[in-house]
Amino acid sequence: MKSGLIALILLLPCAGMADIPKQRLDEGKQIAFDRNKGNCLACHVIADGESPGNIGPALATVPDRFKDKQRLREQIWDATRFNPETSMPPFGRNHILDAEEIDKVVDYLWSLE
Amino acid sequence: MAGRILKSILSSSVGGFIGLLLALPSQADPLQDQQKFRQHYQQLFPKLTLADYADGVYAIDPIARQSWQAIEEFPPYDETIEQGEALFNAPFKNGRRYADCFPNQGIAIAHEYPKWDRDKGEVITLEKAINDCRIDNQEAPLPYEKGDIAQLLAYLAFTSRGKPITITIPADDPRALAAYQQGKDFYYQRRGQLNFACATCHVQNAGRQLRSEILSPSLGHTSHWPVYRLKWGEMGTLHRRFKECLEQIKAPPIPAQSLEFRNLEYFLSFMGNGIPTNGPSTRK
Repeated sequence: MKSGLIALILLLPCAGMADIPKQRLDEGKQIAFDRNKGNCLACHVIADGESPGNIGPALATVPDRFKDKQRLREQIWDATRFNPETSMPPFGRNHILDAEEIDKVVDYLWSLE
Repeated sequence: MAGRILKSILSSSVGGFIGLLLALPSQADPLQDQQKFRQHYQQLFPKLTLADYADGVYAIDPIARQSWQAIEEFPPYDETIEQGEALFNAPFKNGRRYADCFPNQGIAIAHEYPKWDRDKGEVITLEKAINDCRIDNQEAPLPYEKGDIAQLLAYLAFTSRGKPITITIPADDPRALAAYQQGKDFYYQRRGQLNFACATCHVQNAGRQLRSEILSPSLGHTSHWPVYRLKWGEMGTLHRRFKECLEQIKAPPIPAQSLEFRNLEYFLSFMGNGIPTNGPSTRK
């Protein structure tokens, strides 16, 4: 919790990713790739992730796809809000990931070019 | 052949359905559902014929199809069919047999299940019919997911091989249509932590890849059971697979042969009417 707060404070002044420590991005990547966590590769091509699915779009140049980080976060939290027919699980609403994990995944995905 | 039988089933029930539609305008029209269901897959996989769907994902995954065909040359279920035949022919303690419980002594009838049972007012699957037969003959019911029941099913399915799925929804019993509707609702209802419906994977995303696995079309999902699943390392029943799906989407479990699963099987089988059955089979 404490480290989350610190990360949040660190994040506040900067809209970009330049100041996000590599360790945090690595943690986000790990959560995104872990089959028992985000398991994002089940449906999305992401960077060097092995055996990705093709149900959702490839996750590259993520900042071009979303207005801001908050919108990306909302998409991961509960994509059905924006498209009731979506195949994407509501990671936040259904407690698949906790808030801190989602924040890390958001930071990681936002860093993808 | 399959087409002709299908046509005769369709035409014989059309009149009844129209009558029902007039009486219950908000109710489902299974034939219309079936047509839409098939049109969707036809658009996704324009080269497939209806019969091709009996092969499940191997109809649309040419690489996996090769290994599947190699396995089917010396199938791991051969012995199971023999064991099933022996079980089926062994008399109960009271001297009666399974054959006494079924039309045509149980031979070449598997493709007609699940059936609407007017007396019970429920969908009766072949598994349920086997256990009802046992109970009527003072034998303990069999567990529903594997073991003896899978052996019996393997033998019965084998005697129906090549025969088209032939499911009827009697138009003169509205409870049958209600059971079908419940199965359909279950199919499209999202559930579980992952918030998936059966249709999310097998209609919306059929043919796409989940990791490296191609998602199978639901058309034909009931055509080839029981299955020797390599992941299980043994034979299992359709409802065992339904249960596994629920686990995969992190949904609360539902028991094999529950009313929910039997109605789901009724819906899915009706969608597949006319597909030649080829059980038992093997799957990844």
